[in-house]
Amino acid sequence: MKNDFQFLREKKQRRLVIALTSFVLMMFGFGYAMVPLYNVLCKQLGINGKTSGRVVLDDTGIDESRVITVQFLATTNAYIPWEFRPRLRTVRMHPGENKAVAYFARNNTDHEMTVQAIPSVTPSGAAKYLKKTECFCFTQQKMKGQEEMDWPLLFHIDKNVPKNIHTITLAYTLFDVTKSHAQVIESNQGHL
Amino acid sequence: MTPTRVSKHHDDDHDHGAHQEPGFLGFVKRWVFTTNHKDIGTLYLTIAMVNFLLAGAMALLIRSELFLPGHRLIAPDFFNTMTTMHGLIMVFGVVMPVFVGLANWQIPMMLGAPDMALPRLNNWSFWLLPFAFTILLSTFFISGSAPNYGWTFYAPLSTKYGPPSTDFMIFAIHIMGMSSILGSINIIATILNMRAPGMKLMQMPMFVWTWLITAFLLLAIMPVLAGTVTMMLTDRHFGTSFFDAAGGGDPILFQHLFWFFGHPEVYVLILPAFGVISEILPTFSRKKLFGYHFMVYATAAIAFLSYIVWVHHMFTAGVPIQAALIFMYSTMLIAVPTGIKIFNWVATIFKGSITFETPMLFAIAFLFMFTLGGFSGLMLAIVPADYQYQDTYFVVAHFHYVLVPGAIFSAIAAVYYWIPKWTGHMYNETLGKLHFWLSTISLNITFFPMHFLGLAGMPRRIPDYALQFTDFNQIATVGAFIFGFSHLIFLYNIIQTVRGKGKKATKRVWEGAHGFEWTLPSPPPYHSFLTPPVFVEEASSHEAWDVSDHHEK
Repeated sequence: MKNDFQFLREKKQRRLVIALTSFVLMMFGFGYAMVPLYNVLCKQLGINGKTSGRVVLDDTGIDESRVITVQFLATTNAYIPWEFRPRLRTVRMHPGENKAVAYFARNNTDHEMTVQAIPSVTPSGAAKYLKKTECFCFTQQKMKGQEEMDWPLLFHIDKNVPKNIHTITLAYTLFDVTKSHAQVIESNQGHL
Repeated sequence: MTPTRVSKHHDDDHDHGAHQEPGFLGFVKRWVFTTNHKDIGTLYLTIAMVNFLLAGAMALLIRSELFLPGHRLIAPDFFNTMTTMHGLIMVFGVVMPVFVGLANWQIPMMLGAPDMALPRLNNWSFWLLPFAFTILLSTFFISGSAPNYGWTFYAPLSTKYGPPSTDFMIFAIHIMGMSSILGSINIIATILNMRAPGMKLMQMPMFVWTWLITAFLLLAIMPVLAGTVTMMLTDRHFGTSFFDAAGGGDPILFQHLFWFFGHPEVYVLILPAFGVISEILPTFSRKKLFGYHFMVYATAAIAFLSYIVWVHHMFTAGVPIQAALIFMYSTMLIAVPTGIKIFNWVATIFKGSITFETPMLFAIAFLFMFTLGGFSGLMLAIVPADYQYQDTYFVVAHFHYVLVPGAIFSAIAAVYYWIPKWTGHMYNETLGKLHFWLSTISLNITFFPMHFLGLAGMPRRIPDYALQFTDFNQIATVGAFIFGFSHLIFLYNIIQTVRGKGKKATKRVWEGAHGFEWTLPSPPPYHSFLTPPVFVEEASSHEAWDVSDHHEK
């Protein structure tokens, strides 16, 4: 037989358990919410060296009082037998000036592959001032076996770039996105 | 605040033991279907002990390999699986279950309740664990190596480059997380709804308080970990790219998510330990806990701060300087509430009439060595210093000093402190003291040289090292073997006590012990308090503390 006290306690208990369970579900959702939150934060603050997407050409004039050295790097991720390098190692340019450079890529395998280039800017504070009008990194690139190509990159440096930045390094890493992830893991087993 | 707890009456006529049918089947049924908080507490403590010996054996393999430079004993990949599994099992399989086990045994007794609030849920949350650890350990028998990327399982080591057994680890973590969440809900429900009439929140024993806060920490972080490993799973098999740069993801995001779980997790491991120490020191100093209110607020402050320091694990992963500074200062801020706790403990034993029984020895060792681990933590918090120390043996020394003499020692102290209550028999004091001195001395032989190794630049998680590190590594290995085997004394002592070899324990067991659990007979009845005891608070009651059952001594 339940008395009033027990009945009240059970009611209280049920409410508490429901509240705690919803808190748990909320925190599970929060874990996933961290993903877009992280991306938005990084983009807004420009802190993880990622450049933003396509912007229009800058024709508001050139700040000739400053010269900034831009260095180009290229690496391929493990297990991609591609040749990948910038045509120019460095350029010296004014903020506001539009520059076109090219990266050379060659698929050394005999089969068609799809790759994705991921940019990274150092110092990371400069990332949001490096603006691209055209980039091979905007889309995935597909090339046949033994095919080679010059990939274009059209960019400028925002005139608001902080005074302490004199050199910016732009690095691209090439990732193989031909296969699904499961296949990649399988093919990598031998190397591990 | 000085509570005097008077058990109005305890009707021993209602007392009965566990219902057990005869034979092996009856034994199995009793333990599998039990909903009794004491039985489940015992099961948790048992699985923690088994895992402790298992993960300890892994540590000894690691130390054997590191006795001499060069690859001698085990293959590098197996070495990596050893460091990974040692960490995973010690964290999820030893320290977490041991404190849940202590919570199960003690919280209902300390609150004057008959059992936990949700007994069937309690049964389930325990019985998830053996399955989780069977799955985790089965990875040793899966081709392509067991998890070998460290207990932090950073992407892409665990996603793109992880062995097939990684999926088993992911599911094991899911199940463990579920167990922790269910256990936490149960503990919160018990503490909030099952207190004896008259006991206010700010009158609860410290162990109960620390567990209430820990349970809330667990509820907030375990779902995030579950989400993180689910992202790993979908990255590995279902074409998502949460942590894969090629698909627009970011491996650094994994570190953020992991440490958002991982930093509060280290306080999950240590807060219940604080609670245990806050019970033991007053008993053997024969004084009440100094600054009870501050102890509660400091615990809550530590829990809050633990959410806003996680980036200090990632200083070298590429963090903007402003963020590094913010997280450096917030990390150092944790030293303030922790300092409050340490000084309050010291003030508790100050001018007390101290006796050095085994639980007190372990508690005092905790005080010294946990503080040492805290100091090396402060050194690691300094951003430029961290650039030098990170991923060296200095880090290994730091977290072993906070976890071994911190979490593990307080769990051992708790077992020595409460086992006479649980079994009705005293443990062997001589063996207890031998266990204490052997383990304390060998612990320092093991972990202290690691500070020097780290400062000299020996990297962690590497099976080989440069010749000049040999001496200190050999000292550490010798210490580790003494430390490991000293716990067999502990195991023997427990078994003998459970079998009733020691002399009969009194109700109060320890002269200076206070709280509801000491008003029950030893061993306590199967359902702790069938009638809630009355909680009486008295302003100044050093004398009143001792009157209740002195006559039975």
